[in-house]
Amino acid sequence: MTLPNNPMQLVVIGHGMVGHRLVEALRAKDVSGTWRIVVFGEEKRPAYDRVALSSYVDTWRSESLELAPLEGADIRLGETVVSVDRERRVVTSASGVEVSYDALVLATGSTPFVPPVPGRDLPGCHVYRTIDDLDAIRETVKSAHGSGRRAGMVLGGGLLGLEAANALRGMGISPHVVELAPRLMPIQVDEGGAGLLKRLVEKLDLTVHTGTSASSIERDGSRLIAKLANGVELDLDVVVFSAGIRPRTDLDLGLELGPRGGYAVDEGCRTSDPDVYAIGECAAIGGTVYGLVAPGYSMAEVVADRLLGGAAEFPGADLSTKLKLLGVDVASFGDAHATTEGALEVVVNNAVAGTYSKLVVSDDAKTLLGGILVGDAAQYAMLRPLVGKEVPAGLLEPGGNAELSLPADAQVCSCHAITKQTITDAICAGVCTDVPTIKACTKAGTGCGSCVPLLKQLLTECGVEQSKALCEHFDHSRAELFEIVRATRVTSFSALVEKHGRGRGCDICKPAVASILASLGNGHVLGGEQASLQDTNDKFLANMQRNGTYSVVPRIPGGEITPEKLIVIGEVARDFGLYTKITGGQRIDLFGATVDQLPQIWRRLVDAGFESGHAYGKALRTVKSCVGTTWCRYGVQDSVGLAIDLELRYRGLRSPHKLKSAVSGCARECAEARGKDFGVIATENGWNLYVGGNGGFTPRHADLIASDVDTETLIRYIDRFLMFYIRTADRLQRTSAWVEGMDGGLDHLRDVIINDSLGICAELEEAMAAHVGGYADEWRGVLEDPEKLARFQSFVNAPGTPDPTISFREERGQKVPVQLGIPEVAR
Amino acid sequence: MIPRCVTPVCALSALRPEQGVAALLPDGSQVAVFLTHEGAVHALDNIDPFSGAAVLARGIVGDRGGVPVVVSPVYKQAFDLRTGVCVDSPSHSVAVHPVRVRDGVVELT
Repeated sequence: MTLPNNPMQLVVIGHGMVGHRLVEALRAKDVSGTWRIVVFGEEKRPAYDRVALSSYVDTWRSESLELAPLEGADIRLGETVVSVDRERRVVTSASGVEVSYDALVLATGSTPFVPPVPGRDLPGCHVYRTIDDLDAIRETVKSAHGSGRRAGMVLGGGLLGLEAANALRGMGISPHVVELAPRLMPIQVDEGGAGLLKRLVEKLDLTVHTGTSASSIERDGSRLIAKLANGVELDLDVVVFSAGIRPRTDLDLGLELGPRGGYAVDEGCRTSDPDVYAIGECAAIGGTVYGLVAPGYSMAEVVADRLLGGAAEFPGADLSTKLKLLGVDVASFGDAHATTEGALEVVVNNAVAGTYSKLVVSDDAKTLLGGILVGDAAQYAMLRPLVGKEVPAGLLEPGGNAELSLPADAQVCSCHAITKQTITDAICAGVCTDVPTIKACTKAGTGCGSCVPLLKQLLTECGVEQSKALCEHFDHSRAELFEIVRATRVTSFSALVEKHGRGRGCDICKPAVASILASLGNGHVLGGEQASLQDTNDKFLANMQRNGTYSVVPRIPGGEITPEKLIVIGEVARDFGLYTKITGGQRIDLFGATVDQLPQIWRRLVDAGFESGHAYGKALRTVKSCVGTTWCRYGVQDSVGLAIDLELRYRGLRSPHKLKSAVSGCARECAEARGKDFGVIATENGWNLYVGGNGGFTPRHADLIASDVDTETLIRYIDRFLMFYIRTADRLQRTSAWVEGMDGGLDHLRDVIINDSLGICAELEEAMAAHVGGYADEWRGVLEDPEKLARFQSFVNAPGTPDPTISFREERGQKVPVQLGIPEVAR
Repeated sequence: MIPRCVTPVCALSALRPEQGVAALLPDGSQVAVFLTHEGAVHALDNIDPFSGAAVLARGIVGDRGGVPVVVSPVYKQAFDLRTGVCVDSPSHSVAVHPVRVRDGVVELT
């Protein structure tokens, strides 16, 4: 056995998604440290999510595609391996570095196939595979000075070609898609499905030319002119080749190759040299080269196991795909083209609804073999794992919506090869109680995300209550209640519970309804019946502490404060004997106020120009900031100014949970904006907006959703984001869990708030404008209303008498509560 | 027969439905007094047995399966307004004070 202090060396050539997965899998399995890992990557950036490449166009930030950082591996970026000496077991890089290996893994991926069209090397012609390729396409598009409509040609109408077309659309280019086959996506989709797909994408400013190819590309001044074989001539700004890929085997090791290229490997992913493995798109396994990431991942897992003495074998590839191309759902699984002998097809083509579905079953109609879904692929998650299994009763009936249940060994998550059994075991052990915990402990759903709906179904199947009912008083979810309140304009809890619920409510539904009423602008939160709905913090507009006293936090927008105002806070704290502490949100918390003292404290603060900081509410708390361009040598924007504007805009906004924000004036990120529900980081050209971050129990970095936007656009996006969250999140669901639990996740969110895919943005902006216009300080609202003010007494029968159970002692020069005795339990 | 001591607490009009108030008793102890949506008046010890803080009057009033309750604002246990028994942990309870309304005044009896 190899001792951990004398490990063997693994060299991995290629740092794409599959190479990344290999390192991740080996590091996870190799607990005794048998292997040292050296990775050579040709690109200058760490491995990224190439499958999501077209989304790079949304933000132009490569970080949005980053994969989980790898630990425990020596990764050499921008280093191309030029030769391998299998005799000496040494690889040599372009810069002359030699590294020896005990085992070598080839993960070199593939190169784009460029058909031999005359003119294919002209400037303005690109391939579509890497981030650099997209940057180059962007440069061409920027520098193109054509008049009239800006157009591009994508050669190849397969999956990749449509992705490329989508990327061009994102750059404001109208794409022409040219496909040699008679239909789009010929590998995955049949004629009927492709017909619908063509119709749907042509609505999106795409022009589809099928059954033809480009016969030449010529330059005409600043334009590119492409002639198609069918005689059509296209006037273009840019040309993108995405007509397929070829396994990359230019590194000649003298190894056996597969019949259609690729390093030939056995079921253990071993090449003809037992010390050399090949995985992913450069490997020909059983003679086949797979151009999808899932089989590549399987190979990576096989090699990780083999390197540790295991005997894992390639389990076979599931070539099923589900994707949203240009907003159109397309799914293809199993024997989609019904090539099995005697296979029967059940086709439902609904041209009106814009959906197409085909199920392929065995000749006796008992076994599901595959299928194609276009327009609506909701059933994919359920159907794909049933391939090769019995057709559920009712599935083939017209409009059949069978109660589908998967067998235990069915693979639910094909990206990570997770079976139903694995997931249900985790659920039944009580480890997983919702989708985010399933993702965390089984990895299921963290790849393409298409199985997320199924995870929800498995939770239900295992008896985990997925009821959306808010509590025993309402059968509705918070989002549904929100819509009810909004649509019916009901303004009181009593009216709502009478009509739509039962009983008198509780500590769950009452504050939730109070929050909904407040979000929709129903006056002061202590007005009328609303006072009886509020949690104690909201009811007393301060934060209750362990001894029944409250803490008071005045708003200090952006953390900017004048010396005069600082002195006022100090004087108030001194005069009322309050414990003071600086908060994490750049403000000052004053502790130990009794109910009677609260209005007196507020009076002093309000008179000095302060207002409530809403530290007590499920509402916007603070917008932190770094000092920005005004003072900082490195700042590129006025972060303090923006933070103040944002805090004043969203102050008092009630939401399903607390909201925190921050603005950093440069990429050094001193304000820790990525740890916030919405964070803004300055760039040379504007602002980057991040959403869904938080600290707390499960810290999470916020995700980039828009970049280099101007201030006006930024605020518009935040308005939409916040209002969409307020409308649709569950009670006490932070933005992070809200985004993660959303079908379609961040991409969907981006679609909604940037592309307005639901057509609700105008409404969301209007709602925010109403909030901003209707804002009033809640403390002042109490001070100016004798009836509300009268509630701030410790005792109804002894106004002015403080609560005698409250006492303090001193610690480090300040008062702190005396621990309360817990009374004898009465029985 | 010893006449029972009657302590007036406040006017009934000082109570808002489903919003408690605290009252200080002559012996220095505190009661939390509640008016339910249906108009019933209840009085419990104000001290929350789970935290020791005198705060039950500041809890949310509602029902659990039809049982009228107040929920402690500290750690959120619910107490039956009629019996003082903690619904979430029946071995815990708070004392209940007999209460009546006479001539518009809430009185502990």
